Amino acid sequence: MSAPEGVRRIAEAVWELPPTFRAGMRVPIRVFATEDLLRAMDDAVFVQAANVATLPGIVGASCVMPDAHWGYGFPIGGVAAMDVREGVISPGGIGFDINCGMRLVSTSLTLEEVQPRLRELVDALYARVPAGVGSRGFIDLSASEFAEVMRDGAQWCARRGTATAEDLAHTEEGGRFPSADPAAVSERAFDRGHRQIGTLGSGNHYLEIQVARPEHVVDRALAARLGITRPNQITVMFHCGSRGFGHQVATDYLKVFLSVMTAKYGIAILDRELACAPFRSPEGQRYYAAMHCAANVSFANRQVILHRVREVFEAVFRRPHEQLGLRTIYDVSHNTAKVETHLVDGVERKLLVHRKGATRALGPGMAGVPRDYADIGQPVIIGGSMESGSYLLTGVPTGAATFFSTAHGSGRTMSRHKAKKSFRGRDVQEKMERRGIYVRTVSYSGLAEEAGAAYKDIDAVVRATERAGLSRPVVRLTPIGNVKG
Amino acid sequence: MDRPGFEYLEDGVTSDVTFRAFGRDLDELFTVAGDATTAAMVRSLDSAEPKTSRRADVSADALDLLLVSFLDEIVFWKDAERLLLRPSGVRVERVDAGYLASAELRGEEIDPRRHQVEADVKGVTLHGLSVERTGEGWSAQVTLDV
Repeated sequence: MSAPEGVRRIAEAVWELPPTFRAGMRVPIRVFATEDLLRAMDDAVFVQAANVATLPGIVGASCVMPDAHWGYGFPIGGVAAMDVREGVISPGGIGFDINCGMRLVSTSLTLEEVQPRLRELVDALYARVPAGVGSRGFIDLSASEFAEVMRDGAQWCARRGTATAEDLAHTEEGGRFPSADPAAVSERAFDRGHRQIGTLGSGNHYLEIQVARPEHVVDRALAARLGITRPNQITVMFHCGSRGFGHQVATDYLKVFLSVMTAKYGIAILDRELACAPFRSPEGQRYYAAMHCAANVSFANRQVILHRVREVFEAVFRRPHEQLGLRTIYDVSHNTAKVETHLVDGVERKLLVHRKGATRALGPGMAGVPRDYADIGQPVIIGGSMESGSYLLTGVPTGAATFFSTAHGSGRTMSRHKAKKSFRGRDVQEKMERRGIYVRTVSYSGLAEEAGAAYKDIDAVVRATERAGLSRPVVRLTPIGNVKG
Repeated sequence: MDRPGFEYLEDGVTSDVTFRAFGRDLDELFTVAGDATTAAMVRSLDSAEPKTSRRADVSADALDLLLVSFLDEIVFWKDAERLLLRPSGVRVERVDAGYLASAELRGEEIDPRRHQVEADVKGVTLHGLSVERTGEGWSAQVTLDV
């Protein structure tokens, strides 16, 4: 593949396509990537980023992260900030899996302590954290209790005794997006998702046991500040979202926006997946309120999963989780839209920042960074494929160009169907075992879809985020155990 | 493709599942597309035995959006009641305000001992969506978010 015609390099790892690239663009496209990653991107990424650039109220640029790949509506790895008065909100800029995100948890255990019990640990996690199609959670909530989860997110867990104050402090927005209003959510969304709290889901959702090898610590001082202090320290990472509840919120509002977008608001778009409404319209505000309910359900979901993980560690290692040092390093979303204040051309503006497959990455000293991390910047978690490993990073002061956003993963290069035809799940499992990664999966074909070779090189993506001035790597985390939905 | 059935495309959206379905008429097209959606979630369609059923009655002002709403029903029951469902007795009708589709969705609750589950479909997208008349019938292309 080649870079798109007309692309101009404006910094070492920043590229621009002008508004003349395609008809109707209001702002340029900026691609944050090394030349190799830029050249490897699907052409559809640029078309989709151009479509995003046509949306009313978009400010600055339609941004493309280094891990970007072809999605629907926005590219996965797309960021767009809209003026809150003149701009639109689009479910296609967030995705069906609202607040799909990552949580990283430290432990005080080392590889030497965990290795002898790794199988027992992964088997117990597989047995106790529901995963896969149709999995049910372990909490049955009434409609009124579920409304509390929608409003309060992970803070609801704190009231139930399943979240520590530190867990909340180390979660984006304290684990609660503020604009949630359960009245904006359909009964159908409740019916679809209220029994799924505490479930991983499937696809690329996973729960991983990882090791921070000394040779993979990029910045020792930062790693120590984030709780990675011992050689071969074990961490736990998981990736999941708002499950059927969030998927239904997205489904419901896509239809609402399709019906009013042109008829009521006269907005023309190039792709129906970019269906939208003015942010300030009744429909826009209702979606925002419902989407934040889904975001909160997702924060609660990851918090409940952490509670289960703590119980499993306590049972396997026969010590209280506090002694095992199971502490949330950070929890961050990569599928959301949120009103934030950013400096644009020297002027403070309130913007609705859509991040689809992109992670917020606030720099040191910025409002919104947990107090513990104020001087080092917000932690960022970039999850790689199950075979390759993941990264802990921090936000940097130069991130303003992307409204303080960075990559979210390594980015697929091969379609799921092709991966399934190219690899056998059991072969992937055996290969991973030979490399010291013990995997339990609900679906072997799902495992084949997630083979490392179906993804970009995570190291290259992380290097690109650093070169583009979006985030700074702290430590690379290597998987040793994995539960896959 | 010119026989009733479906196929998954290798060159679809990288992170999702795209299928093309074909039917001799719209009723059959919707039946086949429903099966393609359920087959993305379970290895063997035949393993979902018709032990229970749910009604699907949906409307839309365009045929392609009607198909999306119809498939949304299958996705909804998978989460709400853990049901793997296949359409039966599908009727697609043109009415003054647009189109209606009705069907009985038959199947059973997921049993991990008998059902080899695959991808968890999150939603039916509008990406590259089409419902078209062909020489021999109707074809559709749908991308599922998984």
